[in-house]
Amino acid sequence: MGFWSLVVSRWNNILESTGEHILIVVAAVCVAVIVGVALGVVITYWRSLAGPVLYFCQVVMTIPSLAMLGLLLPVFGIGYKTGVATLILYSLLPIVRNTYAGIQGIDPAIIEAAKGMGMRETTILRRVKLPLAWSVILAGIRTAVVMIIGIAAIASYIGAGGLGEFIFRGISQWNLQLVLLGAVCVSLLAVLADGLLKRVEGRARR
Amino acid sequence: MAHRRTRVKSWLPVLLFIGGAVAAAVYFVENPGSAMAARVLTYDHLATLAAQHVGMVVISSLLAAATALPLGILISRPRLRLLGLVLENLVNIGQTIPSIAVIALSFTVLGLGFNTAIFALWLYSLLPILRNTYAGIISVPPGVREAAVGMGMRPWRILLRVELPLAFPIIMAGIRTAVVVNVGTATLATFIGAGGFGHLIVTGIMVRRLQLLLSGCILSALLAMLCDHLLGMVEEKVKTSA
Amino acid sequence: MIRLEGVTKIFPRQRVPAVKNLSMEVGEGEICVLVGPSGCGKTTTMKMVNRLIEPTEGKIYVNGRDVADMDPIKLRQDIGYVIQEIGLFPHMTIAENIATVPREKGWPEDRIQQQVDILLELVGLDPEVYRHRKPADLSGGQRQRVGVARALAADPPILLMDEPFGAVDPITRAHLQNEFLSLQKKMRKTVMFVTHDIDEAIKMGDRIAVMRAGELVQYDTPDRLLSAPADDFVAALVGHNRALKRLHLVKAGAVARTDVAVAQATRFVEEAKELLQTNNSPVVVVVDGLNRPKGVVQREELLRRNGRAALQDIVNPLESVADEDATLYDALSTMLNYGERYVVVLNHNREFQGIITFGYLLELMKENGS
Repeated sequence: MGFWSLVVSRWNNILESTGEHILIVVAAVCVAVIVGVALGVVITYWRSLAGPVLYFCQVVMTIPSLAMLGLLLPVFGIGYKTGVATLILYSLLPIVRNTYAGIQGIDPAIIEAAKGMGMRETTILRRVKLPLAWSVILAGIRTAVVMIIGIAAIASYIGAGGLGEFIFRGISQWNLQLVLLGAVCVSLLAVLADGLLKRVEGRARR
Repeated sequence: MAHRRTRVKSWLPVLLFIGGAVAAAVYFVENPGSAMAARVLTYDHLATLAAQHVGMVVISSLLAAATALPLGILISRPRLRLLGLVLENLVNIGQTIPSIAVIALSFTVLGLGFNTAIFALWLYSLLPILRNTYAGIISVPPGVREAAVGMGMRPWRILLRVELPLAFPIIMAGIRTAVVVNVGTATLATFIGAGGFGHLIVTGIMVRRLQLLLSGCILSALLAMLCDHLLGMVEEKVKTSA
Repeated sequence: MIRLEGVTKIFPRQRVPAVKNLSMEVGEGEICVLVGPSGCGKTTTMKMVNRLIEPTEGKIYVNGRDVADMDPIKLRQDIGYVIQEIGLFPHMTIAENIATVPREKGWPEDRIQQQVDILLELVGLDPEVYRHRKPADLSGGQRQRVGVARALAADPPILLMDEPFGAVDPITRAHLQNEFLSLQKKMRKTVMFVTHDIDEAIKMGDRIAVMRAGELVQYDTPDRLLSAPADDFVAALVGHNRALKRLHLVKAGAVARTDVAVAQATRFVEEAKELLQTNNSPVVVVVDGLNRPKGVVQREELLRRNGRAALQDIVNPLESVADEDATLYDALSTMLNYGERYVVVLNHNREFQGIITFGYLLELMKENGS
């Protein structure tokens, strides 16, 4: 059976898995953005926390994703919950780091000016700091999304669904076409997401 | 400002990571929790898995450095600038491809086994080293290079005495990234029958034995942190001496 | 000696030549300054001498040999090359930077180390202090000095300098210029010097080549350039206040007045007053036993003082000083800088040589002015 006929015959299957894949990635990123940006903002005020928090995120990043899935498995059990939890953890670092760096990188004169005009700190954060740091934060989100699309594929192994299932089923059934299908779809998804978010980022920078 | 203080990496975490790994290994072998896990969790078997894991990482990283360094130097030559730009973009796209996909693709071409894993890890870790070698050499200030040429240094002397030393911290950062990613990707090698700590994790998930699962997770995580810290120390050393 | 014959350079994909049919000669031991607005081809011209750029047409001879026939590596090793401070190797120590060309030439290590120390001394940096420092630890002026030392390392007969003092503040630049000129007095190198600053050109050059749009407009001595500009372009370039610019051409030591009152610091005010009666000097220069000026007392102040005071007790510390090699322009800057109406000129041993007052300077300008 040729690769294309496999694609055609499994079309619905592919769509469904891609949908699942996108869903868990988006769900995880949404949570990670809320938590990550908040954390990133907090450590710009509470400077002594910045070092430890960023270091912790960095350490989490070095842990192999399969190991992290395994560590969280006893807590959340087989299924998408463990997957999503892992994805959230991994997407935190780039978002926290870039939020922090984005705000720290703002020209102090601008913030001085905002203060001088009598803006409250909450207003400065909402109207000045976050908008100015936004393109940097977006870059962090892009890094996070691309990374966890790959990790989500590994999460299929613990029953989180998504495109990784083709790969694992293909390997266990020695079905090379199926493995190829899974690998190509995941790669395409990552490349496309990267391209799309790069464009959003480019627009935000202007 | 306290958070700005550069953290000097010490040997203490190295001892902690190694000590932790040994302690974890002893703990899991002595307390396998079940007869099924006890069959897997022996000192011999753990040593084999460790050797496989470290072997995969070391061999593939060395091969990657040996290929990516010359290639990066080559595409940074002014005459090949165009090729460099093309390759740089390809590498950027390549880096967005997930590691599991690279493992899977290698499997479809080369089948199961240790060598397939080496190939996949090599291919995947090629990218950060290649990109950083290229970026490092390109970032040498034009005035510095012009001064070297103007004083009559031969091209290969400029490469050895000026370009590579200046690019080295960036190249080292690329190697560090590559190695740490490799430790992680090597856990996936068990899916294509190449062993490593991933074997413990996957077996643990399949037979639902917590001790097995945890032993693999902890050992591979400690190995990754150890590699990251060690290479971080090298990177720091390189940076301060440059 | 450098000779250019009908040199033209057209860069790829450009219609207008960067340098057009240029012929000129830089004499042995001369400083030739190429000056002109940016894009006039001065840097391109210079870089063709050490073959960083190859001419499209024409010949370039260095010491009588056609550079096109020489190995570019060998050629460049025998021509010192100074560019703005960015050209120092940031990862190497000062000593390693200076040792670059001797190393390339394969000198023995002990000779290299010796040469490094000699050169550091030459450019006024203590080898013990600076040998093992990195360029980032140095100030802008010190880095430029290292740049010059590095270019001189293998004692090349020819120097090419591309805006070598461009990246430092005006006061440091004046210092570096003076130091280089006094070095050049001893070294007699053949120098090609590129700058966009006409004041620098007038100060540094034995001969100045004014360039515009790739062509040589005028190639003359600084004096001729100021007194007889070839066309409106040169006239505009050298500017309106040419009389002021000519101050660059006169060394303070050459015109300093020596007919002023000089008194030992241990003398009394009374004695100094007597001196002033025989001498129409506006000030009394107070010197120590080695004829080194300790300070200056103004005529009016002296007359107000009690006669029994010692000069060393009333003298104002000396700030407004200039080396004998400094130009009148530097002397004027120093006066303005310290708000004084005089500047004391010292010889190389820091001994009193003479004095230049503001009024005297004005007279000189009138005499000299066109």
